[in-house]
Parts: sequence; C-alpha cells; structure tokens
Amino acid sequence: MDMALGVTIAFWILAAVTVGAAVWLVTTRNVFHAALALIAAFFGFGGLYATLSADFMAAVQILVYAGAVAIVMVFAIMMTAHQREDAGRFQAPAAIMAVVLAVIIGFSLLQTTWQISSAQPAQNTPPILAEQLLGPYVLPFEIVSVLLVSAMVGAIIIARER
Amino acid sequence: MEVGVNHYLVLAGILFSIGLYGVLSRRNAVVMLMALELMFNSVNLTLIAFSRWVTPSLLTGQAFAIFVLTVAAAEATVGLAIVLAIYRNRASVSAEQVDELRG
Repeated sequence: MDMALGVTIAFWILAAVTVGAAVWLVTTRNVFHAALALIAAFFGFGGLYATLSADFMAAVQILVYAGAVAIVMVFAIMMTAHQREDAGRFQAPAAIMAVVLAVIIGFSLLQTTWQISSAQPAQNTPPILAEQLLGPYVLPFEIVSVLLVSAMVGAIIIARER
Repeated sequence: MEVGVNHYLVLAGILFSIGLYGVLSRRNAVVMLMALELMFNSVNLTLIAFSRWVTPSLLTGQAFAIFVLTVAAAEATVGLAIVLAIYRNRASVSAEQVDELRG
C-alpha cells in the first residue's frame, strides 16, 4: 500500500515536471533555454518509466536522450546562429490544432476499455527484453540496426563540408 | 487514488499535443526538432504504459519502445545534419526561408 502511494505521488510530481518542461520548451524564445527544457523533460520521462517498473527503459532514456540526443541538440545550437525569433504567424492555428488533438485523444482514450492484465509487472526486465528482441522481433531488430548505420553514414555525408 | 493506465495515456496525449504545437508554431528548425523529440517520447510513454498494464510479463510494449527510440535517434541525427547543411548554404535555420521545393 505504501508502495502504491509512493508511485502515485511520484507520478503526479513527474507529470507536473514533464508538462512544465514541455510548455517551457515550446514557449521560450531562447533556443538554449529550449534545450535545457528538453533535457528536463527527458529526465521527467525517465522518472515516469521508473514508476512503470521499466527499469531498463528508464536507464536507456537517461543515457540515450538526456545524454546523447541532448548533446547533439546542443551541438546543433552551437554550430548555428540564432536570433530571437518573434511570434510566428501560425501560433493561433497551431494552438487550436493542439487543443483539438488533445481533446480527441483524451476523449477516445477514456471511451476505450483496455484489456488490463492483473499480473504483477516483471521485476528484472533486461533478460525478458533480450529474449523478445532476439526471439520474435529479431528481424525488426536487424532492420533497425541497418537503419541506424545508414542514418549515421547519411548524416556524415549530408553534414560534411565539400 | 491509484494511478492507472489512463493517467499515463492522458499525460502522454497532453505531451504529444504540446509537442505538436511546438512543431507547428515555431520557425526555428532546431526547436522544431526538439518538439519532435518530445512527441517521440510521449509515444514511448504510451507504449511503456501499455507494457505495464496489458503485457506485464512479456514486455512487448517495451520492446516496441526500443524500436521507436532507435528510429528517433536516427531521425535526430539526419534531421540535425540537414539543418546544418541548410545553415551552411543560407546562414539561417528559419524553416520559412527553405522554400526551394515550393511550386
């Protein structure tokens, strides 16, 4: 019971942090502040994965997103010049679109009954994930590794000075 | 009140919508890519929430989340390389100035 209460409190705190960081990301006019907000949101997502008993995914989230992707974003900011952008023309239509989408998503989610399993979540996830990735999902696993290599080579070729 | 699958799904829907607002309203291509990463992450959150409540012992959702994460990493690399190439050619990262393909 104490465990469930802790998870509930952690969920609400992490949800507030993540939504706050996301709002900061899309509203700030400073590109570097946006990068900081993105990193805060990545940590919030990592915490949310931890509350879902997804220990490996939480670690990967911190390593790949808060580590690698954040560094790549900061490099992209440093290599390009940014002037403070004024409010875009599409701000009001974009806000309307986003609110409509959120209402549609929320409505359809709450109308659906999911097939909830009563089993307890797995405690030690990496071995199960390894069996999934190298068992039934071995073909997508290989395809995604080819995609990653080709994306890296493509990024080098596109970004190279000539 | 116990936190259930709907809490996480609604949270992910809100975060996805915020990311969509960022992609549509901003003109800085780097910030657009950041908002796109936010959308990818909220999709991963739904997958892991389903993994927790629908397939708690098989972890199918988490396996899918790993694939989404890989594709998102590839997208970030190629996207930022394209931004750098555009910046090198026209010294700007504003998405409004990239209109060579406009008919």
